[in-house]
Amino acid sequence: MAILINSDSKIIVQGITGKSGLLHALQCRDYGSNIVGGVTPGKGGTTIEGFPVFDTLDQAIQATGASVSLILVPAPWAAEAILEAADGGIELAVCITEGIPIRDMVVVKKYLRDSKMNLVGPNCPGVITPGECEVGIMPGAIHKKGNIGVVSRSGTLTYEAVKQLTESGLGQSTCVGIGGDPIIGMSFIDVLKLFQEDTQTKAVFMIGEIGGDAEEIAAEWIKENMRKPVASFIAGLTAPPGKRMGHAGAIITGGKGLAADKIRVLSECGVTVAKSPTKIAEAMKQALNIQTSNNS
Amino acid sequence: MNIHEYQAKEILKSYGIPVPGGRMVKTVRQTQKAVEEFGRLCVLKAQIYAGGRGKAGGVRKVLDSLQACEVAKDLLKKKLVTIQTGSKGLAVKCILVEETVEIEKEFYLSLTLDRRTSRYCLIASAQGGMDIEEVARVSPEKLHPLYIDPFIGVRSYHARKIAMLLGLKGKIAEDGVKLIQNLYKIVLEKDCSLIEINPLVVSKAGELIAMDCKINFDDNALFRHPEYEKMIDFSQLDTLEIQAKKFDLAYIKLNGNIGCMVNGAGLAMATLDVLKEYGGEPANFLDVGGGANREKVAGAFRIILKDRNVKGIFVNIFGGIMRCDIIAQGIIDATTDIACNLPIVVRMDGSRLTEGKSLLSQSGLNVETVDNLGDGVAKIVQRVSKKRKVIAN
Repeated sequence: MAILINSDSKIIVQGITGKSGLLHALQCRDYGSNIVGGVTPGKGGTTIEGFPVFDTLDQAIQATGASVSLILVPAPWAAEAILEAADGGIELAVCITEGIPIRDMVVVKKYLRDSKMNLVGPNCPGVITPGECEVGIMPGAIHKKGNIGVVSRSGTLTYEAVKQLTESGLGQSTCVGIGGDPIIGMSFIDVLKLFQEDTQTKAVFMIGEIGGDAEEIAAEWIKENMRKPVASFIAGLTAPPGKRMGHAGAIITGGKGLAADKIRVLSECGVTVAKSPTKIAEAMKQALNIQTSNNS
Repeated sequence: MNIHEYQAKEILKSYGIPVPGGRMVKTVRQTQKAVEEFGRLCVLKAQIYAGGRGKAGGVRKVLDSLQACEVAKDLLKKKLVTIQTGSKGLAVKCILVEETVEIEKEFYLSLTLDRRTSRYCLIASAQGGMDIEEVARVSPEKLHPLYIDPFIGVRSYHARKIAMLLGLKGKIAEDGVKLIQNLYKIVLEKDCSLIEINPLVVSKAGELIAMDCKINFDDNALFRHPEYEKMIDFSQLDTLEIQAKKFDLAYIKLNGNIGCMVNGAGLAMATLDVLKEYGGEPANFLDVGGGANREKVAGAFRIILKDRNVKGIFVNIFGGIMRCDIIAQGIIDATTDIACNLPIVVRMDGSRLTEGKSLLSQSGLNVETVDNLGDGVAKIVQRVSKKRKVIAN
């Protein structure tokens, strides 16, 4: 079954006539994703590489029946593109754009609370259900269909993890890059909940990094609710302190954010934590073995 | 983005928030003139991009212009080392000369993003002037947070609640309400990621005054404020970090001897973690970005080569969409004008890998390519330590 996207997903690309918009629209199409068109204000009525272009998202949805949007709009206009997607009735928006101002995202986040739309990102590599559909910028070829759900705050580190999983024979159900910004749409927990209910997913690999306390919150949730094995890696164990967050940010979260704390909390909550980014597949296998031996 | 205290106070002032009378000076002579004009007890505050100045001797009271000259002379020739600057310290290129204020009571006020609620959060405390992180640890109940709904902003009743919690009364309380509302206005209009007033004081004359202020701008919003570029004090930044900024690279100098070039922040951090695990010491953190091009790769490589501590370089690029021949070409571009025989280990993954590898092997550089992260790190650590042993012999 996988989560969020599959071979039936109809996808519209916001910002399709931009350089990276077109590049990734083509790459997703090559992977097999059903890209049904794009939106660029002022270019409605034209086509680009066979994709019909619309002036507004409403028109695009009406003409194509798309329910997923891939947002590759430059940062100054990206927040508005997300709002337009939510307003237009899109079910899943995946925003790749990096560098959206905090002030803009604070408003978007509040608006999404009353919307049915799921937002993945911003500042993320996207979502892929191997063998079926890619909505993002990740290299499709390293993925392999299987039973591991992957959720990550990082981009290229996720590729590293996926490659190790694939090489050791562990295929993936769906990989979700939730994004590295301080304000993002779906959280670790939102994605874990979907993996929990997904019949194809047998176990989850979660990739975190320093800053904030999203990993700690997810760890507590896993301990209470997750019935499938979870393994994890946290980047930044040796990162120098002081280059992270402003003064007051650290106060609110009670001084959390260090990799060592995240690793400790995850381990305490029953998550198998990879000691090194070179041992990601090992940790996943270990988590799967623990589960099997517990069941027997 | 960081700015100086005097710049932050100019912003506060323009929004009607009182600050002590003051002037920014750059020479001993200007200091003397400023102190003479204020005509009474003054305080000289070293302007650097770091906190902890008071304990490091960067904030000093002076009785007259003669003493002011001595203090200014001393400050302007030194590098101030505080708990936040690192051991090298930061050069003092300007001083804020301020009138002193007779203080009745001190408070703490800050506004920043709370990641957990995805809202701006105002934090107020009657424990002003102290190390606020210590207050948060020891007595968190003394911090009063206000999570701001972006759809309604800070209304006067919100701000009044905070003023009451701080124990303000009468006219001062109403001044506090206005001040808090203005602070939120600054955050929005100036795209701040942090405003911190510590301490905010009530003077003996019954006025609310911001005695010290720190403002950070949201780096993502700089495109809305082209005027900010003129506010940067380059004397406060590492020269390599300035160059990195020009190429839009995230670079942080570290103390080791293995230069690193990686794409993506998470992978860059993970790469440093593996280097340390294998006994290596990274010379830097460098993220060339998810989709770097030839110029960026060359720029990044040049920056790494400029660090004299670097004895070997590890490149870890997991592209997919990035072409390996372009990465190779970038590395070769960077080394055409500078003779480079440092050991280089390259781990690339992406399209046109064979072309990339053959470009590197024909380049004449002391370079080796590997297929995975663990092998690459093991190799660079081994080659750098071997080199050191040869020198030692």
